[in-house]
Amino acid sequence: MIAVEDLTVTFRSGGRSVHAVQGISFEVADGETFGIVGESGSGKSTVLRAIAGLVPSTSKVLEVNGRPAARRRSRAERRLLQFVFQDPYASLHPRQTVDDILREPLQIHRVGGVDEKVQAAIADVGLLPIHRFRYPHQLSGGQRQRVAIARALILNPPILLLDEPTSALDVSIQAEILNLLAKLRQSYSLTSILVSHDLAVVAHLCNRIAIMQLGKLVEIISAADLRAGTVTADYTRDLIAASRGFTRASA
Amino acid sequence: MSEPLLVVEDLNVTFPGRTGVTRAVRNASFTLGRERLGIVGESGSGKSTTGRALLGLIPRPGIVTAKTMSYAGENLLACSERDWQRLRGRRMSMVMQDPKYSLNPVKTVGKQIAETCLLHLRIGRKEAEQRTIAMLEAVRIRDPEFVYHMYPHQLSGGMGQRVMIAMMLVAEPDFLIADEPTSALDVTVQNEVLRILDDLVSERGMGLIFISHNLTVVSSFCDRVLIMYGGRIVEECAARDLQNAHHPYTRALVAAAPSLDVQRTELATVIRDPEWLR
Repeated sequence: MIAVEDLTVTFRSGGRSVHAVQGISFEVADGETFGIVGESGSGKSTVLRAIAGLVPSTSKVLEVNGRPAARRRSRAERRLLQFVFQDPYASLHPRQTVDDILREPLQIHRVGGVDEKVQAAIADVGLLPIHRFRYPHQLSGGQRQRVAIARALILNPPILLLDEPTSALDVSIQAEILNLLAKLRQSYSLTSILVSHDLAVVAHLCNRIAIMQLGKLVEIISAADLRAGTVTADYTRDLIAASRGFTRASA
Repeated sequence: MSEPLLVVEDLNVTFPGRTGVTRAVRNASFTLGRERLGIVGESGSGKSTTGRALLGLIPRPGIVTAKTMSYAGENLLACSERDWQRLRGRRMSMVMQDPKYSLNPVKTVGKQIAETCLLHLRIGRKEAEQRTIAMLEAVRIRDPEFVYHMYPHQLSGGMGQRVMIAMMLVAEPDFLIADEPTSALDVTVQNEVLRILDDLVSERGMGLIFISHNLTVVSSFCDRVLIMYGGRIVEECAARDLQNAHHPYTRALVAAAPSLDVQRTELATVIRDPEWLR
């Protein structure tokens, strides 16, 4: 479904260059949820953006939906993948109603049956018909993230890219959104990539997980290996230990 | 445990508004010794407001009332603005969540920390600088002389947070409130910052209130935990017993968090009972 080989992203500004992603390779199978974990600046979000064609990248192979992705994506290609961003407070237009927000992708891609599709999308993400004509500031954080998910799914894309979709939310709301994502990937038969700094979230939703550090791929492990701690890299081990909470004894 | 450092009985914080009164904190009672006390809760549960009330930092028109609110024998309810100036920074302090917004962007970090010394400690410029550098070293900043002359935007998140801790501790208060001090940090850095706080509590015998929404961090770092919901303390328990808490809200919170240890097919969601607010 998605194949990446030797993906490299370099940002240049004023004579300085930042190697944000350095030669990363992985494949995501049809229907799989693939996780990418790493700390700030590890390049995990940049990988997603490169797959979506939002940042220029070089690679030996970059396949989306089983086809090589062009440097400039056509409208049809862009429709294949949709993004959900971290902060639902920042990713929704404050002066558009939920209805406007959900309509926009349909209009851009000239899809018909707008009214029914908007209604269905609102119901799919567990919002009520009364939410349709509200503005983002009239919704809670969890409801806003639901709107962002509805917007991503309204075009029925085969691929969903999730960039820290729950890290701005409270635990109880995070649980609701994670449950919703688990349900939707079934009903929409989605292939998705989930980027997060939270190992527990990634282990909950993903089959296989890539660990990134400073732009490089450390290793790819299964969720079961992550839980059991059967990992080869020291960095992964440190990350798991740190995620399990504070330990007084170790220095 | 010795005499409690802080005694709070029936604390209420209310904000009058156009549509009625918002009761941000309702009848909260607790004590703090020389220990690590965690306050956990979701957004809007009143945990930060509780912290601010303890430092007299509730802005007008907010109203703070309590039966008792005393710190080391001093009645905080009767404090004038002058009294607060004497206490805050010198004897009690608060570390805020985000160094990006809490440090002065146009002053070097060294100057900002030294300012605290000059204000509270009656020492000269030279000594203030020495103390600042020593404090930066104590929070494990590698090259303190160099960092002294840096501006906040030149620091990473973890370094910024350490600078804030240094600033709050340089006057050696014996009571510190840390409001989500590690939430903006990566897990590996988070544990380093926690270790610094932990050492300071045990070495200096400080009392620490640790406000967080992260159950894993609180249960592994603190001694005792208060769980807040809708402005109330719904439960108090030993931190290591958080997994076996009694209150349905606490139990629901614990069950809602995905865990590295157990694979759950579906996460429990929190069903809120209006009874909890009675």
